[in-house]
Amino acid sequence: MQRLSMASFKHKHLLGIRDLNAEEITMILDTAESLKEISSRDIKKVPTLRGKGVINFFYEASTRTRTSFEIAAKRLSADTFSLSASSSSMVKGETLIDTARNLEAMNPDIIVLRHSSAGAPHLLARKISPGVINAGDGQHEHPTQALLDMLTVRLHKNRLDGLKIAIIGDIAHSRVARSNILGFTKMGSQVTVAGPPTLMPAYAESLGVTVTYNMDEAIKDADIIMMLRVQLERQKKALFPSIREYAALYGLSPERMKKAKEDAIVMHPGPINRGVELVPEVADGKQSVILDQVSNGVAVRMAVLYLLLGGDKSEIAD
Amino acid sequence: MKLLIENGLLVHPRENREERASLLIAEGRIAGILNAEETAAAKRSEPDQIIDASGLIVAPGLIDMHTHLREPGQEYKETIQSGSRAAAAGGFTAVACMPNTTPPNDNASVTQSIIEKARDVALCRVYPVACITAGSKGEHLTEFGDLLQSGAIAFSDDGRPVEQSDVMRRALEYAKAFDALIISHAEDRALSAGGVMHEGRVSTRLGLPGIPRSAEDIAVFRDVSLCELTGSRLHIAHVSTKGAVEIIREAKARGVKVTAETAPHYFSLTHEAVEGFDTDAKMNPPLRDDEDVEAIKIGLKDGTIDAIATDHAPHSELEKKVEFDQAAFGIVGLETSVGLTMELARQNILSFSGALQKLSSNPAKILKIQGGTLEIGIPADITIIDPHLRRRVDAARFESKGKNSPFDGWMLTGVAVMTICAGEIIWKVDEAFKPQ
Repeated sequence: MQRLSMASFKHKHLLGIRDLNAEEITMILDTAESLKEISSRDIKKVPTLRGKGVINFFYEASTRTRTSFEIAAKRLSADTFSLSASSSSMVKGETLIDTARNLEAMNPDIIVLRHSSAGAPHLLARKISPGVINAGDGQHEHPTQALLDMLTVRLHKNRLDGLKIAIIGDIAHSRVARSNILGFTKMGSQVTVAGPPTLMPAYAESLGVTVTYNMDEAIKDADIIMMLRVQLERQKKALFPSIREYAALYGLSPERMKKAKEDAIVMHPGPINRGVELVPEVADGKQSVILDQVSNGVAVRMAVLYLLLGGDKSEIAD
Repeated sequence: MKLLIENGLLVHPRENREERASLLIAEGRIAGILNAEETAAAKRSEPDQIIDASGLIVAPGLIDMHTHLREPGQEYKETIQSGSRAAAAGGFTAVACMPNTTPPNDNASVTQSIIEKARDVALCRVYPVACITAGSKGEHLTEFGDLLQSGAIAFSDDGRPVEQSDVMRRALEYAKAFDALIISHAEDRALSAGGVMHEGRVSTRLGLPGIPRSAEDIAVFRDVSLCELTGSRLHIAHVSTKGAVEIIREAKARGVKVTAETAPHYFSLTHEAVEGFDTDAKMNPPLRDDEDVEAIKIGLKDGTIDAIATDHAPHSELEKKVEFDQAAFGIVGLETSVGLTMELARQNILSFSGALQKLSSNPAKILKIQGGTLEIGIPADITIIDPHLRRRVDAARFESKGKNSPFDGWMLTGVAVMTICAGEIIWKVDEAFKPQ
């Protein structure tokens, strides 16, 4: 297997892609590629993080990300504990910091936090001593999602620079979009975002992307088409007139696919609204790498836990 | 009791004039402005205290037209006593306190209780502002006549602006019977709903919901238009956008009876201060962009903006040491206002006299209260400012109960070194602060 570089991963926390440089992103992806193989073994477990404690603190509902973190930690033999807002004292009015201090008193090594407020992991990281991994904060960042997306792209395209990435949909409210924009531009690719103007953030260009309201323009010659989940409740706030029109203007159909490069891949962070942003035959088509993304999610989260906790590489090999 | 302040630079903001002279205070009133010869004579008559104001500015007491004292109801954030100490420490001899207390100041008994409490415990003068509508709910007008008689000096639904244009129109009209002042917290709440900071590149970067400039501009335009329609006196609170400055400038040029204030943070900080999710940079209206800061400065210079008010909004850590979007809006300002305003003098945007117009004589004129001048015979409310004294802001040492300041750690030049209210020294800078 590839040698793991233990050359300094200097971070104690993973709060956002913004805090990483291209070298560090590459280090995480290299590590993830090395660790990926563990998940295909008969015995999918290595003792690397034995005795380490990881608390999954999910203030906001999530199945995929939480399960992925849980599996990642267990494959590295860390002990995992899960806590959701409804099962914690936060429903009893305890503040985030108080809850976190109580968790801290149980001496975990890492707290993985999913929270509906942007900046909540940053607040936590300032107040408590364990490492903090941002598993999605409000509409701000979702760094492990961007890392797994970059890993997926790298495995399919063998590179992360010089690619044309189209991100389509609700850019304004998407932490996945923000982290991916940061990640792919840092790695030297061009990102174009497309969606209805009402779902585009103010001064979107300031993120270093090309902005268009025309989906066909965005996916023209694209190597990667990343579709975002549209929150159906946004329609109620008059952000778009109907699902029907949204699907017509910003849904990915086989006809539209033809405008992209022939070997373009289709990505989606899930869960999919079938028939809205993705026509089923595209979602399940041969260019779709949506399930690869999920598998790579486990590898990337193993890598992040491993690097933050400084695991022993000798224990990864057979 | 006789007090002689000698060797200082007396600033008369209303007359836009400065002079080197001594100020004599007797029986709580300004008793004379003395030349060298008269000063020598006054010294021979042995005053109780002589204050050497060499190198210092001697000015009419500062008046903050926009303070939240939180009492009654939220005494854990601030009280009339602690807030008035913060005011005195910041050089203010009078504050106008906003009515969004619990219960809100929407009837004479609350107004009276604030005035009585202030009489017992406050270091400085306290002028209650009453609600425009009952409970600031935007429906029924409060009893303006009764409230004014009880001591209210103006009306505002600060923090919860009057949404219905017809209600705002009636409030302005009704106020005419008393020539009363209506203070507008200008915000279109449908546009600002959910927003927690200025809508711009920083909100996009941080993934925080934004408040567009239009939320303020539209409301300012509405209220200016209603002011013109009714011919009443309107004051726009905490102007933060370039659009609002332009609307007010044009209205004033047409002769509309509108006045306006801004707060020090709107000419000292931009939305970049929110970076790192700092809840001490969260206030409403929010910190805007560079071009707004520039427009505010120009508006102060050309007189579009009449006053600098603090919008002193103390909160405890219960409201501030939380997730950014959950945190309360507002920052404390009484103890940093002079230093930040003196910065405008150093940038040649305002003269000393111009700065003191914004902090003293204009608020007095707009609120129609005594003060803002060094006229002989009026109560001696005096602020002595050292314009060159440098001091690092240390929020932990604020007199205010609120420590929520984005200026914590800033080095400011310009300190109110002594505050005198009705001839009494109510604040003297701690000598320990001096060498910095």
